Amino acid sequence: AAMELPPSSYPASRAASLVAGYACYRRGGPGRGLALRAVRRAAIQDIDDVGHKYHLELVLEDMLDKDSTVNCTAEVLYHLGNKNIAPDVQFTIEGELKNTDEADNVFYKRIKSLEKELVAENIPDSHGNVSPEMEPIRLLAWVASGYVIWQNSTENTNFRLAQIKHVKQVKRSDEYLEFDYMILLHEMVSQEIIPWQMTVLWHPQHGVQVTQDSRQPKHASE
Amino acid sequence: MKILLVFATLVAAACSEQLFVGDQVLHIMASDEEQITLLRVLGEQAELQVDFWRHPTSPSHPADLRVPFPSLEAVKIFLESNSISYSIMIEDVQKLLDEEKKTMTKARRIERSTSTFNFASYHTLDEIYDWMDTLVDDHPSLVSKIQIGQSYENRPLYVLKFSTGGSNRSAIWLDTGIHAREWITQATGIWTANKIAKGYGQDPSITTILGSMDIFFEIITNPDGFAFTHSSNRMWRKTRSINADSHCVGVDPNRNWDAGFGGSGSSSNPCSEIYRGPYAHSESEVKAIVDFIRGHGNVKSVISIHSYSQMLLFPYGYKRAPAPDHQELNELAKKAVSNLAAVYGTKYTYGSIMDTIYMADGTTIDWAYDNGVKYSFTFELRDTGRYGFLLPSTQIIPTATETWPALLDIMVHTLEHPY
Repeated sequence: AAMELPPSSYPASRAASLVAGYACYRRGGPGRGLALRAVRRAAIQDIDDVGHKYHLELVLEDMLDKDSTVNCTAEVLYHLGNKNIAPDVQFTIEGELKNTDEADNVFYKRIKSLEKELVAENIPDSHGNVSPEMEPIRLLAWVASGYVIWQNSTENTNFRLAQIKHVKQVKRSDEYLEFDYMILLHEMVSQEIIPWQMTVLWHPQHGVQVTQDSRQPKHASE
Repeated sequence: MKILLVFATLVAAACSEQLFVGDQVLHIMASDEEQITLLRVLGEQAELQVDFWRHPTSPSHPADLRVPFPSLEAVKIFLESNSISYSIMIEDVQKLLDEEKKTMTKARRIERSTSTFNFASYHTLDEIYDWMDTLVDDHPSLVSKIQIGQSYENRPLYVLKFSTGGSNRSAIWLDTGIHAREWITQATGIWTANKIAKGYGQDPSITTILGSMDIFFEIITNPDGFAFTHSSNRMWRKTRSINADSHCVGVDPNRNWDAGFGGSGSSSNPCSEIYRGPYAHSESEVKAIVDFIRGHGNVKSVISIHSYSQMLLFPYGYKRAPAPDHQELNELAKKAVSNLAAVYGTKYTYGSIMDTIYMADGTTIDWAYDNGVKYSFTFELRDTGRYGFLLPSTQIIPTATETWPALLDIMVHTLEHPY
């Protein structure tokens, strides 16, 4: 039996955040990021010998157009004990997401036609600035981090993407765009800042893929 | 000539290292070439240390000569005995320099006055400390600056005191920047301090509050950490104290207070971001506030400001049991959060630390509450993770603006419910 949770409670918002990241990974791209706007309802179910299942009703917003929102229903199953299994996430989005074909193609052409591979660091910078040309790069990282966060989440973690420390484009002979990111994840329970490397592939028709990722050691200067 | 040499010798003995105190500038009118020559010779007497601001060139052009105080008598006698006419153009060079310095400083201050300070951008430690001084200069009868201690790296810990008089009035304590990387908090602190100063006499609420209470505001509660976020690591959270037996630096100042110290809501690992420290109040930044509040004895509210998450929290974090005043604190939080949302629609959650986030021990407000400060609250400002610690500077003023009514709610409630 599922027990209702206050929508604003931490466990509810933690699970909801995970769903948003996962949904964003599945549906996002350099022209579209999804973020959690609100939790409408939340319930938790204790499944013996399996784990905890959260039932959620959320509102997601388009990161590039705050007025554009969609409803989302989801289930998250955090597995008991074994920390190496990612939670199971199922979600349904009600309604249409904005079409981003035009913006995607513009970005795709722009990067494909660069003579020198794109390289950038500190996005956003210390003052929270992101230059317009870097917005798609930043959104792509946000989307890809949804995957990394999903894969590494438990009921005791609550991750956010804190910053892109470094990004480097990797030129490919096929149609995909490839970026090698070094990101910083902020884990809100331990308050740790965790460097994480991820290799991200993207194509307008094929979506976002994280082909490789690895947690990095904390910098010695700390 | 002979007279000159005698006096020159006498003067040589008086080799004062002075600035220019008592020095005079003489306006000299040589009447013929012979007098010009005499003046040139005078200038060449090294012991006299005179210097021509305008050289003797011809009888029709006056010469201006700065004469150091010790040489004044000798030079005047020389001029008089040779019938060279002169007048005193500057009676005391140092006085003139002092006036000029004052005017320049004032001009610089006017440049950096509180009305031209850019509240919509993030600033360095020095810029903020300088600004504090201008705030005090601009409102000398309301604002003063106190030093309550020193950081680990010996930086001063400054607190702004807002007071309209009285003696040890009940007080409200505000702090921002206890966690270095939460830049929106120090920035909001500056704006808010300015708002309090400007609001006195204009805003009815703050005027009433300051009519019978004092406000103490520590804007840079962790200056070492803050400096480090500028120089080396933007994501630094803790203090910069060296930990014995570890290469890891720093203690989480919001786990270092003596309230439930040492529980599972903090870490014993110096490398952890929530490291509690070797013992409660080990951090000078924390001890300074503890001593101040204890010493004051009449603090009625403590509001500690953090980011991010958009929450308004009250005790406890170190235990599940609700605080005795839970209901009242909860009602006040609800009201404050509602007034905050009314400004731009920013949604905050609220409740006790334990209920709203997770267990956290050794926190500022739990200590304050356990030490008799009933109205103890923590704010977690914008946002909820879109930018996190790297909140764009364009959001500074909106954040501070929306937080202001919430702060006022707590302060007014404190005023209206003395205990």
